[in-house]
Amino acid sequence: MNSKAHVKTTINGEEMEFLCEPRQSLLEVLRDDLGLTGTKEGCNDGNCGACSVIIDNVLVNACLVFAVEIQGCRVFTIEGLASPEGLHPLQQKFLENASLQCGICTPGFLVAAKALLDHNPDPTEHEVRHWLAGNLCRCTGYDKIVRAVLKAAEVGRETTAPAGSSN
Amino acid sequence: MSNASKNGNGNGKYKVIGTRPIRHDGVDKVTGRAAYGIDTHLGGMLYGQILRSPHPYARIRGIDTSKAKALKGVRAVITAADLPPSEADEVLNLVEGSFRLKDLRSNILADEKVFYQGHSVAAVAATNLHIAEEALQLIEVDYEILPHVDDVVAAMRDDAPLLHEDLTTKEFGEDTGKNSNIASHIQFKLGDLEKGFAESDIIVEEEFETASVHQGYIESHNATAEWKTDGQLTVWTSTQGAFGVQKQTAAILGLPVSKVRVVPMEIGGGFGGKIPVYLAPQAAILSKKCGHPVKIVMTRADVFRSTGPTPSSYVKVKLGADNSGKLLAAQATIAFAAGAFPGSPVGAGAVCVLSCYAIPNGLVDGYDVVLNRPRSAAYRAPGSTQVNLAVETLMDEIAVKLGMDPIELRLLNAAEEGTRRVDGAVYPVVGCRETLEQTKVHEHYLAPLSGPHQGRGVATGFWMNAGLKSTVTANVNEDGTVNLMEGSTDIGGSRASIAMQFAEVLGLPAEAVNPMVGDTASVGYTELTGGSRVTFATGWAAYEAAQEVKKILIGKAALYWETTEDEVRFEEGDFVHSTDPEKRLTFKELAGHLVDLGGPVVGTGAVDPNSGVGGSFTTCIADVEVDPETGKIKILRFTMIQDAGTAIHPSYVEGQMQGGSVQGIGWALNEEYFYNEGRMQNASFLDYRIPTCLDVPMIETVIVEVPHPDHPFGVRGVGEASIAPPPAAIANAIYDAVGIRLHELPMRPDRVLAACLAKEEAEAATANG
Amino acid sequence: MQNFEYLAPETLSEAVNLLAGNEGQTRVLAGGTDLIVQLRQGALSADHVLDVKHLPECNELGYAPSEGLTIGAAVPCHRIYNDGAIADAYPGLIDAAAIIGGIQVQGRATFGGNLCNASPSADSIPILIAYGAECVIAGPQGNRRVAVEDFCTAPGKNILEKGELLVALHLPSVQKSSGAHYLRFIPRYEMDIAVVGAGASVQLDEGGKMFVQARIGLAAVAPTPLFAREAGQLLSGKEVSEESIETAALAAQSIARPISDMRAPADYRKHLVKVLTRRALLGAIRRARGEFVPNAVQENGQ
Ligand SMILES: Cc1cc2nc3c(=O)[nH]c(=O)nc-3n(C[C@H](O)[C@H](O)[C@H](O)COP(=O)(O)OP(=O)(O)OC[C@H]3O[C@@H](n4cnc5c(N)ncnc54)[C@H](O)[C@@H]3O)c2cc1C
Ligand code: FES
Ligand code: FES
Repeated sequence: MNSKAHVKTTINGEEMEFLCEPRQSLLEVLRDDLGLTGTKEGCNDGNCGACSVIIDNVLVNACLVFAVEIQGCRVFTIEGLASPEGLHPLQQKFLENASLQCGICTPGFLVAAKALLDHNPDPTEHEVRHWLAGNLCRCTGYDKIVRAVLKAAEVGRETTAPAGSSN
Repeated sequence: MSNASKNGNGNGKYKVIGTRPIRHDGVDKVTGRAAYGIDTHLGGMLYGQILRSPHPYARIRGIDTSKAKALKGVRAVITAADLPPSEADEVLNLVEGSFRLKDLRSNILADEKVFYQGHSVAAVAATNLHIAEEALQLIEVDYEILPHVDDVVAAMRDDAPLLHEDLTTKEFGEDTGKNSNIASHIQFKLGDLEKGFAESDIIVEEEFETASVHQGYIESHNATAEWKTDGQLTVWTSTQGAFGVQKQTAAILGLPVSKVRVVPMEIGGGFGGKIPVYLAPQAAILSKKCGHPVKIVMTRADVFRSTGPTPSSYVKVKLGADNSGKLLAAQATIAFAAGAFPGSPVGAGAVCVLSCYAIPNGLVDGYDVVLNRPRSAAYRAPGSTQVNLAVETLMDEIAVKLGMDPIELRLLNAAEEGTRRVDGAVYPVVGCRETLEQTKVHEHYLAPLSGPHQGRGVATGFWMNAGLKSTVTANVNEDGTVNLMEGSTDIGGSRASIAMQFAEVLGLPAEAVNPMVGDTASVGYTELTGGSRVTFATGWAAYEAAQEVKKILIGKAALYWETTEDEVRFEEGDFVHSTDPEKRLTFKELAGHLVDLGGPVVGTGAVDPNSGVGGSFTTCIADVEVDPETGKIKILRFTMIQDAGTAIHPSYVEGQMQGGSVQGIGWALNEEYFYNEGRMQNASFLDYRIPTCLDVPMIETVIVEVPHPDHPFGVRGVGEASIAPPPAAIANAIYDAVGIRLHELPMRPDRVLAACLAKEEAEAATANG
Repeated sequence: MQNFEYLAPETLSEAVNLLAGNEGQTRVLAGGTDLIVQLRQGALSADHVLDVKHLPECNELGYAPSEGLTIGAAVPCHRIYNDGAIADAYPGLIDAAAIIGGIQVQGRATFGGNLCNASPSADSIPILIAYGAECVIAGPQGNRRVAVEDFCTAPGKNILEKGELLVALHLPSVQKSSGAHYLRFIPRYEMDIAVVGAGASVQLDEGGKMFVQARIGLAAVAPTPLFAREAGQLLSGKEVSEESIETAALAAQSIARPISDMRAPADYRKHLVKVLTRRALLGAIRRARGEFVPNAVQENGQ
């Protein structure tokens, strides 16, 4: 008891191993031990979504997962969203639409929005708002965030549309 | 509307101003690379935690830290005994006001008494967070519980439990010597009040109450401190003002400011709440004791219980008007709950309460009251929202009574250039009337409502905006770009709006300017980010810095062409030889020659534009639907129309208006500090209930641009005013929908329902009688 | 949070042995959305945490029209509402699954955890009661089955004995001409705890005019979720009408014993019971008649 657990996992496509105490949350391990501070902490009790990550294709709050639980899982964090070729359309649309003010909620919104578009490439405004209701933003009033997600969805649909149909 | 333009086209006068470039710090923030205060990580860092009082009011008989110190992994435990002693009358003057040093220290670590649930009592540093947490449970505090008071009206009574034995009421600036929880009573007077009411055909008067609400920024308070053996202290923190943290921390620790360097990290929201210092002194002392850097981050519950909410309030207003709707007299009594220590923004509330209208006769009394709640802090347009609810509800009542359109009523009375406010200030050019005129013709205002139990309300609000000191330093790079070092922390895109003003002067694209926020050792003195002042004042400093750069570069061009400076003109972003028009250098070309032309080009702007700050007015339209069976309110449509002066980056101006609107909506509907026996019951995001994106519609905005007459680009500042009118607009919309008037915030569903049922009963009674 | 030992058994018997045999406090972990928060706040303590997510029985999500529905105790909400057949057959379950926390919480939260946590305001319990669901419990003495309405005993307390754990929930198969609906009242539109919740399931006659039977469950109006047995029974054999629905709503209201707290005053809750019971019944009736009643995800849902 009290000894550290050895966890093997894949984070943003890279295999990783770490030691952790069972009481440490995935959020704590990502931020304090693995240096992945892009995933933010706003409440540590599941209510703000700033710590949103995707585990095995499911969107969750990293503050409500024990790090020991991710043994053998695939974890996706904000650090995995942009590729060497450039920003993800969501990131691009967030910038173009001024969807961030202080930006502390932004990684959580982006990860949550990515999970939404993976799951539903053509969401309505209501579906976007319902999906993002677990992510709090105190700065923007949400307007520009929702618009950016809707616009990124359009981009996503255009780029995956059959040749000739996109502009 | 001669002088005003709409929706941020800047009258078409500018090249960069009024455009919407991507913010300079944007990529870091969408990729997770930006380093916020909570992300600070230093080698050998220890983790700190704070022990907080479970009681609203108690005397500390003793603290035993021995068991905590003995726990494996614990490196230091501190209490108030580790702070320097305070003289009773030592005062620290900050931008936000003057505070007794004794009170500031007590708020950092309580000495004789705890004044509120959540009051900091001791602090621990340990090798990890969990050990620090365990250590807190091992600290034994012997409390003698005292009877508390947590309601502002009750706290003002003569028989209320007193918080501070040495606090006496200051009346109109004079010490009365009377021991009480009323720290001060201020008063503004204009004209002849009695005469004004005597001449009025219609008089309305009501009492209002608003609950304490929190700024609710998503990033918790944090501080990391390293106190090195050479006596030099460095603090990394999320703050609205690094120089303010430096000053407060130094004073609390009894150090000269030169010993304290504050590094402002990226900041995850503030809205006024990240001006005070809550953790830096404790982290510093812990660091000194253990010889390691110490990081402290508050839990969300601590943020709610121990950091500044906005004051709860009691406001009574009486308005008198003639039959045409012209306001003749107004009286307001305002009491603000300052929390455990004096210093609520009641002065600002007293200025704002009658600020939207030209009223010849007025009297305003304001009371700053201490009670057993956390020390209150500024929150977006501090003091304005509380008082706005009262006046704007009464304006609606007058409009209903006179059968007038509520916008017409406001236009008839709108403040304008030359209007004398009750505090004596006379307005320069302001945009109150312009926002109302835009509202009157807005498609939203003209659109019909679409169903039963729906209603529309409007309200107008005001914030005076601040000026204050700012510094910007510009360094020209060889490749034609400019590094801009500024002292204002960037909470919402201000790097971009400052860089754009700099770029405008020199005809550069916004992207050629690289704005950076400096720490207290690398940039000139700059006051806090807040009060809607950054784009205004730091932007002004950037303008001055650009002017200096231009002047120096003209000299360099002269040197290059081996001529005199008066032969060189700056034209459309190029340097031109006046007599030999063939000779023309772009900014970039000239910068490329700098190495050969005597080296570095540095421009500095240091400003203190205290006079002539032009306030910002805003009007909003709210459509609501009331569920008459449950009292639940749905916001159907919402529009904010604000005078921003010149909008530098319209997207971020809209963003401020939208953010303020939604905060105002939260305050109106659900947000409150819910107390039971002096203890906050709902200290989590779950139960504090800030709006989610499902609670609000798109927020429509109209930027009205009435340029500030003195600012080089006509900037006014936009951040604050938009929070003030939403509660009143929603209250008026509820009245329009179901015929009830609520006088208390938040307008929770149970209150709406109770009022609906009471109205039905009253109607039934009249029908039967 | 004190440190603990993390256990991830892969068979049910191993799990039961660990639960029965361990010294100190062993806490069962499903999605952790209650447990982790409570451990962190110090409201609960644990020497061992036993994760049920590796137990095959707990991961089962099985539906057959003739057999009914089995929801393993480790099945998170998102799996339930993303299953089209289940969503069609048990729309009332989806009403609840789609509002427990936000999408992130639904990625982890289970109905089993919602039930075992035994909060009076738990959103899944009223509709499970309305559907007549049973708990499948494993323990050192073997398996037992208990009706959901008999499972919670007090706030945070349930009937599980040392060594026992919840394996699954079982819902009977759906009758013809039946429908169910859950709704709750919250001051916001998401991310809130029920001020009052009401779940109803009804079976109508073939013409959709008469009630064959009805069951009603209530949340946040008593120390445990309530089965408003009589309110439902009053409807059996009655015509579907405003009066009969009102009678049932009043009967439900009469058994509510709410408290006042930060989430709402008691008298307000009492008032809401009637309104929500009526609305839940109306939604259930419409669904029984084949009409569309949106859940929170669907447009106009709320
Ligand atoms: C942000 C947030 C919002 C929420 N919103 C809602 C809401 O809207 N409505 C609502 O009802 N709830 C809500 N909850 C509470 C919680 O999400 C639900 O109760 C959830 O269903 C719990 O399921 P879980 O799998 O996460 O349970 P866990 O946390 O894993 O377990 C809950 C409890 O049950 C016990 N337990 C779990 N599984 C078993 C088992 N198989 N056998 C025996 N004991 C077991 C655990 O030991 C623990 O005591 C919210 C929680 C959060 C953090
Ligand atoms: S930090 Fe995890 S939800 Fe807020
Ligand atoms: S941008 Fe600040 S919280 Fe969203």
